[in-house]
Amino acid sequence: MFASVLSTMGSVLVALYQASPLSPGGHSALHPSAPQAAHIEWLYWVIFWICFSAFVLTFAVFTRGSARTYISQPEPLPPIKEHPNDSKAVWYVGGAIAVTVLSLFAVLFMSVITGKQVEGATAEKNVLTIQITGHQWWWEIQYPNSQAYQTITTANEIHVPAGRRVIILTKSADVIHSFWAPSITGKRDVIPGPSSAFSFEVDKPGIYHGQCAEFCGLQHAHMGFSVIAEPEDQFEAWEKEQIAPARDPTTPDQLRGRQVFLTHACVMCHTIRGTDAGSRVGPDLTHIASRKMIAAETLPNTRGDLAGWISDPQVIKPGTLMVPNPMQPDDLQALITYLGSLQ
Amino acid sequence: MRFCLFTMLLSLTVLLCGCSREQRTFRNPPPAEQTLNTIQVSGLNPGANPIATPVPPNAYEESAYATAEGQKLFDQYNCSGCHFHGGGGIGPPLMDNNWIYGSEPGNIFATIMQGRPNGMPSFRNRIPESQAWEIVAYVRSLSGLLPKDVSPGRSDDMGGYPPPQSMSKQTPIGITGNPEQSK
Repeated sequence: MFASVLSTMGSVLVALYQASPLSPGGHSALHPSAPQAAHIEWLYWVIFWICFSAFVLTFAVFTRGSARTYISQPEPLPPIKEHPNDSKAVWYVGGAIAVTVLSLFAVLFMSVITGKQVEGATAEKNVLTIQITGHQWWWEIQYPNSQAYQTITTANEIHVPAGRRVIILTKSADVIHSFWAPSITGKRDVIPGPSSAFSFEVDKPGIYHGQCAEFCGLQHAHMGFSVIAEPEDQFEAWEKEQIAPARDPTTPDQLRGRQVFLTHACVMCHTIRGTDAGSRVGPDLTHIASRKMIAAETLPNTRGDLAGWISDPQVIKPGTLMVPNPMQPDDLQALITYLGSLQ
Repeated sequence: MRFCLFTMLLSLTVLLCGCSREQRTFRNPPPAEQTLNTIQVSGLNPGANPIATPVPPNAYEESAYATAEGQKLFDQYNCSGCHFHGGGGIGPPLMDNNWIYGSEPGNIFATIMQGRPNGMPSFRNRIPESQAWEIVAYVRSLSGLLPKDVSPGRSDDMGGYPPPQSMSKQTPIGITGNPEQSK
């Protein structure tokens, strides 16, 4: 009995640790993978230790004070004598106020310095510019190029070369969103109307999770994205694949799938470059099979999940702007086969 | 005590009255549960005894949310590409009182779903029926045919004309009502 309680408590503690920012994972500001996040982490620990020592000091003084006024035997309290010039008390109170004000100013100063370091403008030449647009409830990712046909448009997955400086330009299509990948840099609000820019560089290759951090409507909680940092050569290979238009269907099933796509509601909102579908309302599906997740990091990109998402997205993400698509089972299977071929 | 109960019931009734205006339905019954809508705009029918087709009321016209969604979809689905923002251009204007194929919700729904000669494409299978009804509600609000409390109070585009909420109600000319009766 005792052992089982202990083991349950142990597993709860392990689960709590894993969910907390202390455990290394894809979504923690305490495990920075970019210099920008490292600055923020440093500031976090400085403020943490200042607050921790204030807490310990306060409690130490409080405990001591309680111990001293403990009355062991009942006898009348001595009359309080007035000290007109209690220099000791003045020193204590004055010192406490001075320490508080000084540490607040120190924290403020360090915050400003950290802010400057994170924001730091870049004079580097070899930067990569990425335009992100917040939509209800997904992220549009664009790699602008002076040659229009070389512009890459994708959704929810930001591929970046590790070690190279990236400039992110932000835009919103509807309401205020906030771009937040904790292991990479601080939050940045994405506001409809004005555009803003910030930059970062990811040190280590890896997949870092990000999330919309400003309440933006019903599916705010399911508005995730990921930053995928790759070595330079892998990134270039990915870039080359994304620039190409969609693959042509090679089997009768895929051909039928494309026909289904172009004659159903899909074509009203989505783009597949190389076909007649060119609407800008929903995510670009030209290379959907190359993505790991669908529906803004809500579902893995598998056949079954895609089928569920297409048939009834309102069950998976109530309120999402994608409409349910009731269609014949054969048509649905063909459509998924076609989408699965869009590498 | 009785008075208190009465007041509570009264205020509850008042509150419930306002519900349909802001009601949101994200999920509509699957097609197998829906009744087939065949709306006719002419009296011509095969067979001797034509089936009367009552035009169903558009339930979406009671919801400000649905009308606003219709306004958004009107742009997203590029209706504005031809009809512009109601003023017309390539396609006929939608904010005047002249209705070539009828001003009833059923008529407009049929126009969207079946298409019309000289350019209006058919959106059957492409626009889901629920969204088509939302667009119908918005199109009707453009000429003031909807109650003021559900019409959009703002036009999202540069226009210089008043939003649908401020449009005075116009008397439609052209085909009106059920074609069976107007014959």
